[in-house]
Amino acid sequence: MDTKKMAIIATKGTLDWAYPPFILASTAAALGYETQIFFTFYGLQLVRKDTSGLKVSPLGNPGMPMKMPFGPKWFKDINWNMPNAIQSLVPGYETVATTLMKQTIKNTGVATIPELRELCQEAEVKFIACQMTVELFGFEHSDFIDGLEYGGAATFFEFAGETDICLFI
Amino acid sequence: MNFDKELDARGLNCPLPILRAKKALADVGSGQVLKILSTDPGSVKDFAAFAKQTGNELLSTAEAGGEFTFFMKKK
Repeated sequence: MDTKKMAIIATKGTLDWAYPPFILASTAAALGYETQIFFTFYGLQLVRKDTSGLKVSPLGNPGMPMKMPFGPKWFKDINWNMPNAIQSLVPGYETVATTLMKQTIKNTGVATIPELRELCQEAEVKFIACQMTVELFGFEHSDFIDGLEYGGAATFFEFAGETDICLFI
Repeated sequence: MNFDKELDARGLNCPLPILRAKKALADVGSGQVLKILSTDPGSVKDFAAFAKQTGNELLSTAEAGGEFTFFMKKK
């Protein structure tokens, strides 16, 4: 049987949206898929050496529950969704939401992004960063983790054209 | 049931139990059995799907008090 292949385009640069590409790629690799992720636009944030800039923003995101990761159950069950007007005015709202999200991630046994990214690399998932957006955003190659390749749309298609699964995230 | 290696994946969430199992299977020989402990309810379907796609055989799945025990035989 031929090896199955999967390609992902990762375009989002927030902590929540960092999960789907790395979860799917690491799992695909565990299932024997040859896997590649093409990081472009804000997705470049996912392959920076420093991932502390990855945050969640509840602003304008009514689907995001805002719950406390500590305290008694009745307290944890409260949904603290605030009107956008308030969220946008309170300084540090994203930082607080991100801290709470990271605590929830820890409490529920969900892997961290650096951990999942490393598992992908160990499993030989190929990471390609979009050279055009690297330049557009003024990044240097030294901002990114080792093991990245740099290329453009044609590089993506070379592999994507042969895949069984191809996702845009 | 006899087993050759045990993996404690309790407290871990998707996709870590599967990724750890994949690694643990690399440490045992063909025909040997890996015992996996998990608390992730999603892992029941996931280990069945993993077995189906990788050719490793899921010998049994059991649940007791919110804990799941799997026995998987390496291809």
